[in-house]
Amino acid sequence: MLAFILRRVFQSIVVLLIVGFVAFSMFTFVGDPIDNMLGQERTQADIARLRAQLGLDQPFFVQYWNFLGNALQGNFGLSYRQGRPVADILAERAPATIELAAVSAFFAMVLGIGLGVFTAIRRDGFASNAIMTLSLIGVSLPTFLIGILLIYVFAVELGWLPSFGRGEVVDLGWWTTGFLTASGLKALILPAITLGLYQMTLIMRLVRSEMLEVLRQDYIRFARARGLKERAVNFRHALKNTLVPVITVTGLQLGAIIAFAIITETVFQWPGVGLLFINAIQFVDIPVMAAYLMLISVMFVSINLIVDLLYFAIDPRLRVGKGGGH
Amino acid sequence: MNLTRHALLATTALGLLAGAAQAQTLRWAAAGDALTLDPHAQNEGPTHTMNHQIYEPLLLRNTAGDLEGALATDWQVSEEDPNVWIFTLRDGVTFHGGQEFDAEDVIFSIERAQSPNSGMKELLGSIVEVRAGEGNTVEFVTDGPNPILPANLTNLFIMDQGWAEENDATEVQDYAAGEQTYAAANTNGTGPFQLSSREADVRTVLEVFPDYWGMDEFPMAIERVEFTPIQNAATRVAALLSGEVDFVQDVPVQDLERVQGSDGLEVITAPQNRTIFFGMNVGADDIENDDVDGENPFSKVEVRQAMNMALNRDAIQRVVMRGQSDPTGIIIPPFVQGWTEELNAPPEGDMDAARQLLEEGGYPDGFSVQLDCPNDRYINDEAICQAVVGMMSQIGINVNLNAMPKAQFFPLIENGTTDFYLLGWGVPTFDSEYVFNFLVHTKDDSIGTWNATGYSNPELDSQIESLSSMTDLDARDQEIADIWATVQEETIYLPLHNQVLNWGIADGFETEVQPEDQPKVKYFETTGS
Repeated sequence: MLAFILRRVFQSIVVLLIVGFVAFSMFTFVGDPIDNMLGQERTQADIARLRAQLGLDQPFFVQYWNFLGNALQGNFGLSYRQGRPVADILAERAPATIELAAVSAFFAMVLGIGLGVFTAIRRDGFASNAIMTLSLIGVSLPTFLIGILLIYVFAVELGWLPSFGRGEVVDLGWWTTGFLTASGLKALILPAITLGLYQMTLIMRLVRSEMLEVLRQDYIRFARARGLKERAVNFRHALKNTLVPVITVTGLQLGAIIAFAIITETVFQWPGVGLLFINAIQFVDIPVMAAYLMLISVMFVSINLIVDLLYFAIDPRLRVGKGGGH
Repeated sequence: MNLTRHALLATTALGLLAGAAQAQTLRWAAAGDALTLDPHAQNEGPTHTMNHQIYEPLLLRNTAGDLEGALATDWQVSEEDPNVWIFTLRDGVTFHGGQEFDAEDVIFSIERAQSPNSGMKELLGSIVEVRAGEGNTVEFVTDGPNPILPANLTNLFIMDQGWAEENDATEVQDYAAGEQTYAAANTNGTGPFQLSSREADVRTVLEVFPDYWGMDEFPMAIERVEFTPIQNAATRVAALLSGEVDFVQDVPVQDLERVQGSDGLEVITAPQNRTIFFGMNVGADDIENDDVDGENPFSKVEVRQAMNMALNRDAIQRVVMRGQSDPTGIIIPPFVQGWTEELNAPPEGDMDAARQLLEEGGYPDGFSVQLDCPNDRYINDEAICQAVVGMMSQIGINVNLNAMPKAQFFPLIENGTTDFYLLGWGVPTFDSEYVFNFLVHTKDDSIGTWNATGYSNPELDSQIESLSSMTDLDARDQEIADIWATVQEETIYLPLHNQVLNWGIADGFETEVQPEDQPKVKYFETTGS
């Protein structure tokens, strides 16, 4: 077990280095921050001076090496756009994204698993057919369109929910939360649905097909033959065995929720790290982009690790080989 | 139109009465946030707009675009010395922190804005010394007579010296050096509003400053301002339509009718101080991305004139801009000193005449070239470029469109590595000299920095340089007219149109559109309160 974890941690570090390298080499193509940082009255001399000051005149490998050295000490530099330490800005923005992602993930899991089980058990019912048809919309419509549609219906036409922002937030010192105010909770609804809809339908369809698969197995028939209650058969025997692939996918989807919150955050002007990243791209704010990409890759790597560990916990067969990963 | 307006007023009258108690809060949304609150760190529109509510310059551009005294009540060139401007300071002005405003603050602020980290220093390049004068005056000494100095000071905000010293904010915020400055997040101005809270890119709240000197001079109808940047245009309009914000800058042209047609909302419009035009690399011997070897078609004035004729400005205004632009024949908007009706008229011309010119230029069969175009900077920029591709093909010029984000586009201008490009330009000084300095003068390290055409005319250069010290304003105007005549004749640029500003505003609030897109809340009026 320990050897397994150590090996995975080592792999993770290699992955991070590669991500950092690829991301950093992409920055040479995203444009030049200098023009955004200086007003239109800037002279060629100003440009040269600022470029030297920022180290942008250095060769690529020197820039990457400096970035790595600083990043290892937890220093991601200063945002070109805001002139403040990137670490502070990320810490300030993270709560908004994490709260949004958590609510979306919760919504996606509860509804996804619930509806998946329902449509599997009532395979040919009218309701489950309707749900399956509707779920196609969730999979096929792009996120920004769903967001704009929801804004149009619930904010502009009905006026029930806010179209943008996080509402009032309560500042707990190291964390700002929207969970404690009415306007904060209201502001969460539309973005959370927008962000979670795709994941919800995905989980639902996955649970349904896995469940149908399991329900066909012999041990379910035996359970039924033994006269166990339908409820016990469905939930104790069938659902538990459905969950292994669901956990894998859900874990990865949680990463995707945080990473792809970018679009939802832009549509709803949600002040999280996704919106920060979009701003950074437009401004060519390299320190923010680099830190964000590293953060996201750390997150994906850790989620993968946790998923692997959960396999151990759920599926006894994996434990037999004494730490053989896959 | 009028009928619907009245019906609309009647139906919303009740709502307005109910909302009157809240009417003093202005909820304001725009596409971008101020980059910093340090008034001298950045020379950028949204940053200045925010700072204009909190800080004040000596003089500013009011909603009509005219110069108006803010912290100065009077300004004139010294009778004894033409190199000195004398500003008479306003009495009885205090900073938000209670400090008295005086000449020392002006001197301190100008010197601070001249320091190397400042984004404002280029506007102050001619100033050699700022000193206290007789009585309550400040004298600006320039390195020669500078007739348009006041126009360079309209976004130059005055800080309190004592406050800056106490809080270690005497240095302008520097991105690269690493220290966070106090002044980037805290303010102490003399302006009508003081900062109540700020979360960058999320929300900035301002409260009225009760001791503001202009309480009785301006409407001052707003007590509280909640500013929220909303990047996504559809969301910004939705927030206005749903009543979550009262005032929106930059309403997209495709949503104007929707906003105008909504109960309780109005679109107010005015010409913007920004002209859109095309530039060509006229200076190079050969250009990169064309199909003509060893020569540069743009170096022929006939070719440039032919292209100028082939631009169908009316079609672009009608189809691409949905009427929201002002076609032009010169690269300055009407309020800029030097503009005339005649210069503004686009060339009369038809496709036959244009083809004829192209033939005279030596390209009867045309040529092909690449057009570099930003796609996130000006209103409908990429769509404009697409339309121009079609127009040029009618006279045989085959244009390949290369559209890209501004972050990649502007380095092409900076390095002069583009053959044919679209650019927009605003004139903060409202004077032609500014345009000549940046767009017409031969490019070198400190002047002509936005002239990516490679055009160089030493005679024109010396005419441009002479402008900065001409104190006889009539002679200066004549010189400006002469320079424009050459620029137009040589067709260095192909002017397209002036942009139009569209602000969306809820009933109950009134203001005029400021041509620099800098709303100043002290001029806002409210009705029904």
